Amino acid sequence: MRYPFPVGKSDFIQGDEAIARAAILAGCRFYAGYPITPASEIFEAMALYMPLVDGVSIQMEDEIASIAAIIGASWAGAKAMTATSGPGFSLMQENLGYAVMTETPIVVVDVQRGGPSTGQPTLPAQGDIMQAIWGTHGDHMLIVLSPSTVQEAFDFTILAFNFAEKYRTPVVLLTDAEIAHMRERVYIPSPEEIELVERKLPASEEEAKLPFGDPHGDGVPPMPIFGKGYRTYVTGLTHDERGRPKTVDAEVHEKLITRIFRKILDHKDEIISYEEFMLDDADVAIVSTGIVSRSAIRAVKILRERGVKAGLLKLNTVWPFDFDYIEELAERVRKIYVPEMNLGQLYHLVKEGANGKAEVELIAKIGGEVHTPMEIVERVVG
Amino acid sequence: MYMKSAYEIRDKYLRKDMLPTIFCPGCGIGSVLQFTLRAIDDLGLNQDEIVWVSGIGCSSRVPGFVNFDGLHTTHGRALAFATGIKLANPNLKIIAFMGDGDAAAIGGNHFIHAIRRNLDVTVILINNFTYGMTGGQVAPTALKGLRGTTAPYGQFENPFDIAGLAVAAGANYVARWTVFNYLQGINSIKKALSKEGFTLVEFLSPCPISFGRRNRMKTSPELIRWYQKITVPLAKAKKMKPEELEGKIVIGEFADRDRPGLVREYREYIKRAKKMMGWEE
Repeated sequence: MRYPFPVGKSDFIQGDEAIARAAILAGCRFYAGYPITPASEIFEAMALYMPLVDGVSIQMEDEIASIAAIIGASWAGAKAMTATSGPGFSLMQENLGYAVMTETPIVVVDVQRGGPSTGQPTLPAQGDIMQAIWGTHGDHMLIVLSPSTVQEAFDFTILAFNFAEKYRTPVVLLTDAEIAHMRERVYIPSPEEIELVERKLPASEEEAKLPFGDPHGDGVPPMPIFGKGYRTYVTGLTHDERGRPKTVDAEVHEKLITRIFRKILDHKDEIISYEEFMLDDADVAIVSTGIVSRSAIRAVKILRERGVKAGLLKLNTVWPFDFDYIEELAERVRKIYVPEMNLGQLYHLVKEGANGKAEVELIAKIGGEVHTPMEIVERVVG
Repeated sequence: MYMKSAYEIRDKYLRKDMLPTIFCPGCGIGSVLQFTLRAIDDLGLNQDEIVWVSGIGCSSRVPGFVNFDGLHTTHGRALAFATGIKLANPNLKIIAFMGDGDAAAIGGNHFIHAIRRNLDVTVILINNFTYGMTGGQVAPTALKGLRGTTAPYGQFENPFDIAGLAVAAGANYVARWTVFNYLQGINSIKKALSKEGFTLVEFLSPCPISFGRRNRMKTSPELIRWYQKITVPLAKAKKMKPEELEGKIVIGEFADRDRPGLVREYREYIKRAKKMMGWEE
């Protein structure tokens, strides 16, 4: 297959561009979106590339329609993605819940900017962490990934598609305006270097009759896509294993929702990824995610030079969250610092994980600038 | 015209384990569903290549009762979902079964934009002037003075003419009937299903329980008699003065044209892209 960009070599590109190229290499052939800063370049790249790879790129009337269209495309068999920023992500929340409930594999990129409301369209923030995890209503479970470099934006996009297909779930890729517009050297692998996961399809008529069952015991039902003669009914209402609405049956509701939780949580060791930096002998831990981790790495180096045994835990997966691991970490260190570009979102998760075993302190920064390493250092040394 | 028995249609196309339906006595949705299934049957369409899409409300429950692939989505969004299904797999024929509130209020924007794009979809629209499932609130189609639980003293806003809106937005085929016009209705659905691009068949459909009861029409026959009184065939309407048409609803075929559908346009776009990039001659 011919690609509209060089593969098997490095290129110097923006984060948004990296996400678009990664999506195409991951097999994404349907993109629907609505322009919004700082996510528009993803759409613009998709608009340029998609027709050349016989894929679809369409500008919808709003963000609600964009996520609706990719869910439809996914049921028609395509790997599908949309990208947006805070206000658009808010509009997508209802249908994100629909994708959770109907177990539709989709990838939603949220390029974070300052909020609430229209806020700071051109400046980065990390204010959508809670929205990504808990934005839609009702009990639900999905996967949220958070890159800190343009290379990671590329790599995690492929990972996002693989998780979406493997677990039949929406996956949110949380980046920010800084990563979106920053240019960095990125290695774009050739297709044979990439391991791709495809959704499980029904192996028999019997399996196809249970589009929301658990025939393999892993919590992930095979997905009978439309047009194959299975005559599948998909509804956002509480439904039984066959997909029939059972809205007032407590047992059916509990079984469905707990399986949707279980299919992710039972595989959390495979889904959750983090990187440790000088954490082995650390006395002070910094826990961060996304763009702030870059400053945090530098801060750890400076702190070590000054004789403070500091280490960094960089979270690549924001959700599901490894509360047990944070507790273990809290037992090892004296104090945990959480620098983040909001007034405390990751902080609450870390604090809950630490479970009182170590003091947890938030280093909040809002307004559109990433923490400088010295801002973190100064807080740690007091 | 030979008509198969309703039993035959039922046995062939309905999911028996889903019956009985949720519809109230006197509701018109079952009739419109029957017209649609008869049209599919008459045209000999492949059941495995049709996807039914819907939003929220009484009429949106229809995809659950028919034995086809179906996507029962969020309120008003059926056509946005349909856009994804159709473009991802153009071999699928899509029927969107919608209500008036679903299509014209919460879904109004998706509705006009799906038409503007000429999305290849057939919309079967149940217009009963009310939100039946939620309990009889006024819909954007409710004529002035009609009562609903959210306008207990009579609707004070102007109604939408859905068919007129669809014609103006550029639909390839638009027709409106009452459930009483069953032959015209079936023929219109057949025509709609045979055409490329956006096609719409709107039905004025009785809702005695949520709507009629609050407007002094407690039974379906009373509502149908009222429809007969307020509807005017297109040919006759053309000869009438605007003031004579005040408070009336025109029925008939309003548009029948052959603009290229979205699928065809996108295929051409792909060719153009490859040519402009020098990938193809």
